[in-house]
Amino acid sequence: MKKLLMAAATAALMLGAASASASAEALKVCWVYVGPIGDFGWSYQHHQGLLAVQKEFGDKVETAYAENVAEADSEKTFERFAREGCKMIYGTSFGFMEPMLKVAKKFPDVKFEHATGYKTADNLGTYNAKFHEGRYVIGQIAAKVSKTGTAGYIVSFPIPEVVAGINAFMLGAQSVNPDFKVKIVWANTWFDPAKEADAAKVLLSQGADILVQHTDSTAPLQVAQEQGKFGFGQASDQSKFAPKAQLTAIVDNWAPHYVRSVQAVLDGSWKPAQVWDGMAEGTVSMAPYTNLPEDVVAMATKTAADIASGKLNPFGGKITKQDGSVVENVDDGMILGMNWYVKGVDDKLPQ
Amino acid sequence: MRLEKRPERSAAMALASPFIALALTIVTAAIIFALRGNNPLAALYVYFIEPLTALWSVEQLLVKASPLILIGAGLSVCYRANVWNIGAEGQLTAGAILAGAVPVFFPAWQSPLVLLVMVALGVLGGMMWAAIPAFLRNRFSANEILTSLMLVYVVQLLLDYLVRGPWRDPQGFNFPKSVTFEGWQLLPYLTSGIHLGVLIAFIVALVLGYVVSRTLKGYEITVTGLSTRAARFSGFSEKRTVMFCMLLSGGLAGLAGAFEISSVVGQLQPQISPGYGFAAIIVAFLGRLNPVGVIFAGLLLALSYIGGEAVQTALQIPDKITRVIQGILLFYILACDTLITYRIVSPASRAAAAAGA
Repeated sequence: MKKLLMAAATAALMLGAASASASAEALKVCWVYVGPIGDFGWSYQHHQGLLAVQKEFGDKVETAYAENVAEADSEKTFERFAREGCKMIYGTSFGFMEPMLKVAKKFPDVKFEHATGYKTADNLGTYNAKFHEGRYVIGQIAAKVSKTGTAGYIVSFPIPEVVAGINAFMLGAQSVNPDFKVKIVWANTWFDPAKEADAAKVLLSQGADILVQHTDSTAPLQVAQEQGKFGFGQASDQSKFAPKAQLTAIVDNWAPHYVRSVQAVLDGSWKPAQVWDGMAEGTVSMAPYTNLPEDVVAMATKTAADIASGKLNPFGGKITKQDGSVVENVDDGMILGMNWYVKGVDDKLPQ
Repeated sequence: MRLEKRPERSAAMALASPFIALALTIVTAAIIFALRGNNPLAALYVYFIEPLTALWSVEQLLVKASPLILIGAGLSVCYRANVWNIGAEGQLTAGAILAGAVPVFFPAWQSPLVLLVMVALGVLGGMMWAAIPAFLRNRFSANEILTSLMLVYVVQLLLDYLVRGPWRDPQGFNFPKSVTFEGWQLLPYLTSGIHLGVLIAFIVALVLGYVVSRTLKGYEITVTGLSTRAARFSGFSEKRTVMFCMLLSGGLAGLAGAFEISSVVGQLQPQISPGYGFAAIIVAFLGRLNPVGVIFAGLLLALSYIGGEAVQTALQIPDKITRVIQGILLFYILACDTLITYRIVSPASRAAAAAGA
């Protein structure tokens, strides 16, 4: 027993020494994920960003992460990271906003970046991606490919990002087929394969022949494949889960942002900002086009290139709202707070 | 092989059983860590010892333990009476909803009274939700294990509906959250990390410990649990005990819910507890169904949460380890308890014993 205690104490000392020496040299960068890194969607893509930071900076950084962190319980996770010597902490879910604000206030020397939030502080910035740019592209593809002229759209929560996604999808689709229709199911979850699969089945049985999702699992695509229908991957290239069904995917590529942000911390030039990057910066990109005729691929490639170069703005020009009123010059602020549908969306926003 | 009732229950072993279970859990955890390729001693240190070496993590531990102790103390009284309230998670949620209604409807109301009203409503919410299974058992002999568990999902969906719809923060960009609570809508903090609810949880457990061991009510509960027939002969009403126990444990769970939203969470949102109501069942058993024992058991369970996160961030061991350790702990404690009351008899030894006789 005595020997065991000795061994435990030695192990503990060595462990303490190891972590102390590491933090003295390297910048510790930490991530808090809301889901499992094995979701092959949202959290997976953020973890790819962590790996990219490791690769880019090597010994200059030390990384750590916590996955499946419940939003109600996340404050202590952020505090733990701040206490454990993390100098830069990323939180990748909207629900982390209040906990991050509290911990950021408590640790003014630690820098924080919160994905998809809207509140900032002296040491807390936000970052997000213009996912709606990709949604415009898949809207065009859907309108070209669909035979019934109806898409089924599985959505998580009626937050501005999701609403803007639906609108961009419809604007893209209407640019090809003005009579295009979309049916919407609110899954009220970001990640629940069973629920998402049920929603997919309902939509397909109601006449939709192409599926779009703003939830993170691969289940809707797999349902599409089973029934010989098509769909689009979410957040990452999910073609290996449904090689015959995925037409393309809107890929969130967080790596460029994470590398830039960590570089800024290393240079001492980091400032809290509200970063909102899209196709131009490479944060949003399209997965390889598969199961598509050549002319559709050519159209999608051109649209994506035009959005990246700034030639095409998905929310440019005059837009007719669902209630018939017309808006012009939709700016970033309006997109970030969007709570109205464009004309042709067959759904009512939960108010 | 079968189980045979022992002629006598060893009192010493009954007290030793949680410690044996804990020791076996640690050994099993070490084996799991080793199989994953981690140094088992280092991992055990990070899991069970390191959280106790820094003030901030001890504070986190106490904060995490307080809902477990509050709920566990109530459940231990309940289980003593053979009343199986499995729905504390739902009673916690019901308490949080009623308590949270105050800042949602009167966001500008600021006075110490706010906090008192919230806490009272929290207790009331938990009691109301627990009264349903108690009534169903007394009136229709409905199994309270099932009804209390099912009601958890009902109230969770109610909360979900409220924060996505009518109780949503109007300035919150449609995100499913209520307004954030401020000022007297939040519990005062005793230190930088410990809020008033932690102190109250410990006091409640001690008071309940006294009630159970030293008062007639405690005796009534224990007798009803041991034998309803004997209780009836002593003039104790089983139905009254069922209602009392459910209201007590539900009220304490509701109190825990009110404390959570007015401290750690600070608003209403779809999920306000990472399963405290269920973990408290383990706490009650680990604490020997004794409210004072529940204090130690609550601290241990809290350590399993904090340590689980520590090994995840330090050694990249998946977060599921917390649930695994908690499950193993409950398994061993139930196994130990079973073997105190029963012994394993194999057919061969029975035959030998019969031949010898």
